Amino acid sequence: MTERVVITGMGIVCPLGHDVETTWQAMLAGKSGIAPTTIFDASTFPSTFSAEVKDYDPAKYVKNPQLHKDGNRGSGFVLGAAVQACSQAGIDIETDEPTDGIDRGRLGIYLGAGEGSVDNDVFFRALVKAWDTNSSEMDWGRWAEIAFGQMDAMRELEQEPNMPAGHITLLTGARGPTRSCLTACAASTQAVGEATMLIRRGDADIMIAGGAHSMIHPLGLTGFNRLTALSTRNDSPETASRPFSASRDGFILGEGAAIVILESLESAGKRRAKILAEVIGYGSSSDAFRVTDMHEEGRGAIQAMTAALADAGIGYKDVDYINTHGTSTMENDSIETIAIKAVFKEQAKNTPASSVKSMLGHLIGATGAAELISCVMAIRDNIVPPTMNLNDPDPQLDLDYVPNEPRKMPVNIAMNESFGFGGQNNVVIIKRHEK
Amino acid sequence: MGSARVVVTGLGVISPLGMTVGDMWEGLCAGRCGIDKITAFDPVGFSCKVAGQVPDFKMQQYVPKSYRKAVKLMSRDIKLAVVAADEALRSSGLVTKGIDPEKVNVNPERVAINLGAGLISCDLVELAPAAAASVADGEFDIRKWGKDGLELVTPLWLLKYLPNMLACHIGIIHDIQGPSNTITCAEASAHLAIGEAAQIIARGGSDIALAGGAEAKVNPIVMIRQCLLKRATSENNDEPASACRPFDANAKGSVFGEAAGMVVLENLENARRRGAKIYAEVAGIGASSNINPAYEHLEPDGYGLQIAIEKAMADAQVQPKDLDLIIPHGTGIAADDLAEAKAIQSALGEAAAKIPVLPTKSMLSNTGAASGALDVIAAVCAMAEGKIPAAKNCDRKTDSCNLNIVSQEQETKIGYALCCSYTYGGQTAALVLKNSDGEAVR
Repeated sequence: MTERVVITGMGIVCPLGHDVETTWQAMLAGKSGIAPTTIFDASTFPSTFSAEVKDYDPAKYVKNPQLHKDGNRGSGFVLGAAVQACSQAGIDIETDEPTDGIDRGRLGIYLGAGEGSVDNDVFFRALVKAWDTNSSEMDWGRWAEIAFGQMDAMRELEQEPNMPAGHITLLTGARGPTRSCLTACAASTQAVGEATMLIRRGDADIMIAGGAHSMIHPLGLTGFNRLTALSTRNDSPETASRPFSASRDGFILGEGAAIVILESLESAGKRRAKILAEVIGYGSSSDAFRVTDMHEEGRGAIQAMTAALADAGIGYKDVDYINTHGTSTMENDSIETIAIKAVFKEQAKNTPASSVKSMLGHLIGATGAAELISCVMAIRDNIVPPTMNLNDPDPQLDLDYVPNEPRKMPVNIAMNESFGFGGQNNVVIIKRHEK
Repeated sequence: MGSARVVVTGLGVISPLGMTVGDMWEGLCAGRCGIDKITAFDPVGFSCKVAGQVPDFKMQQYVPKSYRKAVKLMSRDIKLAVVAADEALRSSGLVTKGIDPEKVNVNPERVAINLGAGLISCDLVELAPAAAASVADGEFDIRKWGKDGLELVTPLWLLKYLPNMLACHIGIIHDIQGPSNTITCAEASAHLAIGEAAQIIARGGSDIALAGGAEAKVNPIVMIRQCLLKRATSENNDEPASACRPFDANAKGSVFGEAAGMVVLENLENARRRGAKIYAEVAGIGASSNINPAYEHLEPDGYGLQIAIEKAMADAQVQPKDLDLIIPHGTGIAADDLAEAKAIQSALGEAAAKIPVLPTKSMLSNTGAASGALDVIAAVCAMAEGKIPAAKNCDRKTDSCNLNIVSQEQETKIGYALCCSYTYGGQTAALVLKNSDGEAVR
C-alpha cells in the first residue's frame, strides 16, 4: 500500500512577508511586494526594480546563528522558512535531544535551491584589474593574486546550490534522504513532487521540502535583462507584474524561500499533527523543444498536467483552482492558457486560474513552493487569491484569471503549475484533507 | 528498490582518460593517470597547477546538423554532457531523434532524464570586455555596468550557466520528453541523480532514463575556490601523475578535473523485450546527510555516509559479505578519506577489511558532479570483465584505514559492487549494483 502524503507545516520568507499568514493576507489585500531595487545600485539597468525580501535577519530565527553566518541570501531565507514550518509541524529543532518522537533517520530534505551570488566586489575588481584591454587578454597571475588575497573561502563554498539544504541539515539534524535540485523556475515544485515520491516509496516519514533562491544581484539581473525576460516598467513597479493582461512586458525578479513539511498520513496520525492539506498528484515533463522558448502548443505543460491528474486519480473537472505559473511574459501567459484549455477542455473557462506573481514577483527556484503555500491557504479559507493589475485583458487570453479581487468560493482541490527555462514542467495537485 | 527492476543498458563517458568508456576502462586497467599540468588557462599564481583535462574534441561530431547553431549556447559543462549522452544512447541500441530521426525506436514521452550538474562557472574572458567598459576612476562602477557593460554581454548569456541546461540540450537533441530533473548536490550529484532516475522507472514514471552527471572544473573560478578551501593539493605540482593519493599516508589534497558520465537505465522487462544488452542492475539506493558544523569537511566519524551505505545495502537486500568491489569517493584529502574509511568500516563491519576497494580519483581526478557516474561506469565495466584494476598512488596506506585497497589487478567474479559519495554541505549517497550474469547477451 502506497503511503498517502500530507502537509503538516509551512513557512515562508518572501517579498510579501516573513511568515505564511502575513503573506497570505497581503495576497488577499492585493498588495505588491515589488519596488525599486535596494540590494545594489540597479538604477542604470534596464529594469531598476525587483521583489526583494526586506528587513529580514535570519539570526532572529535560528538557535545558533554562528553556524549559518556565511550562508548566502537563499540560505538565510530558507532557515527562517524551515524554522516556521518545523515549529508548526511539531518538529523540535530547539533542543539537542528532541523529544518529538521523530526518527531523524526518517526525516529528509528536498530543496529546489539556487546558487548564491558571486562575491561581487572582488569578482568585478579582479576582472577589471587583470584584463588587458589592448591585447584583449587576461593576466591570470594578476587575477589569481587579487582573488587569493581578497576572496573568502567560505563565501565561495556557500555559492554552491546544495548549501541551503546543508544549512537545513545543520538546523534540524535530519539524517534521511537529502537532495537539492535546480530546474530553473520549476525547481521547488519538482522538489515537493519528488519528496512526495520518497515518502510514498517508504524512504522517509517526513520530508522538509521547498525552495530558496535569490538572483537579485548584478549578474542575475544582467542575465535576465539581456534575455529581455524582465519588465522594464520602471515608472510603475507596483503595477509592472500584470499576468494575462495585454500590456504585460515581462516578469519581475524576486527572491525568497518557502518550505512545506510533507509527511506520511500514518506518521502524521501517530503524532496527531494538524493536517493542512494532502498532496495527491505530481507530474513532470520536458518540452524537448528549444532552450529559449516554450513549445508553441504547450506540449510539455500539457503532459505534466495530464500526468499529475493521472497520478492523483482525478479528472480535470475535479480541480477547483489553478495556481498558474503566470509570469507576466508574453510567451508564458499565452502558452500556459493554451495548455490549460487543452487539458481542461469545456471546463477551462469555468476553472479559476490566477497568478500570485502579480503581487509576489517571480522567486525563480523558490517560486513553486511559495505558490503551493498560497494553494494550501486557498483551501483553508475557501478563497482564491487574485491576479492583480489585470485591467486590460489580452483578447487572446480568455480564461477566468480572477482579476483584481480575491474570490470566496469552495476550494477543495488546487493545481500548482511551474514551468522553467529550457522546457522544465512540473505540476503538483493538493486536496483538502478530510478525516 | 520499488516495484519494477531497473537495469543499465547503455554507458557513455568523456574523461581525462579519453573520449569513450573503452578509453576510461583501458586507462584504469593500465594504471594510466589522466592528471597533468593545467593547459586550459595559465595557472601561474595558483597554488594547484594540475588537473584532469579531457582530450580535445569537436562538438559537431556529437550534435545533429540541425542543432549545431545551439552549440554556441553551450558552456563546457553542457558540451561534456552532450558528448557522453551520445555514446550512452548509441551503446544502448536505442535510436533517438538525435541518432537517426528516420529510425526512432523509442517513445519520447516514456524517456526521462536525470542529471547531476555543478555550479557552472562563468567564462571570465567572455565577461571581461563588459567589465572593462564599466570602469570609472580606475575602479569597476556598477552604474556604468548597467548602462554600458551590460549591453556587451551576449543576449543569451544566462542560458549557458543554468545547471538544468545540460539536460535541456540533451533532451532537445534526443527528443526526451519525460520527467526531467537536475540534481545539484556537488560531488554526490551523479549518484543521487542515478538513484532518482532508477526510482522514477521503478514507480512507472518512465520506461527508460538517461542519468549521470557532468562538470567542468578546470577553470579559474573553480580552481581558486578549491585552492582557497585548501582542498586542492599544492605540493605535487611537479609530479602530476602522483598528485592525487586517496587513502595514502602521503596524501596532500585532491586534484580537480572535468568529465561527464551517463548511463541508460531501463525497466528490466522493457530491456528484455527489445533484446537489449544488460550491463548490470541498480539493486539499491541510499542517501543521508553529514552533520558537520565545520562543513568544509566530512564529519570525522563518517556517520552520514555510513547511514547512506547501510540504506543502500538494505534496499538491495544484500549482506556485506556479498560485496566484491567498493568504489569509494576517495578524494585524496587525508581527513575526508579517513572519515570515509570509518564510514565504510562501520557500515560493513568485519567484511570491510576484505572487500577490494578501488579509488579512481588518482587516475580520473575529482570531477565533481560527474565523478559518481564515472565510478558507476567503472564498476559496471569491472563486473562485465570480471576484473578489478589496481589502485594507483596508494603506496603506503594511511594509518587506521583498514580498507583493502587493491594493490594488484585481480581477476574475479563480481556479484555486487558498492559506490558512494558525499558533499561538503551535507548530502551523502550510495548505490549497490548487481551483476546481471547471463543477461549480458544481445
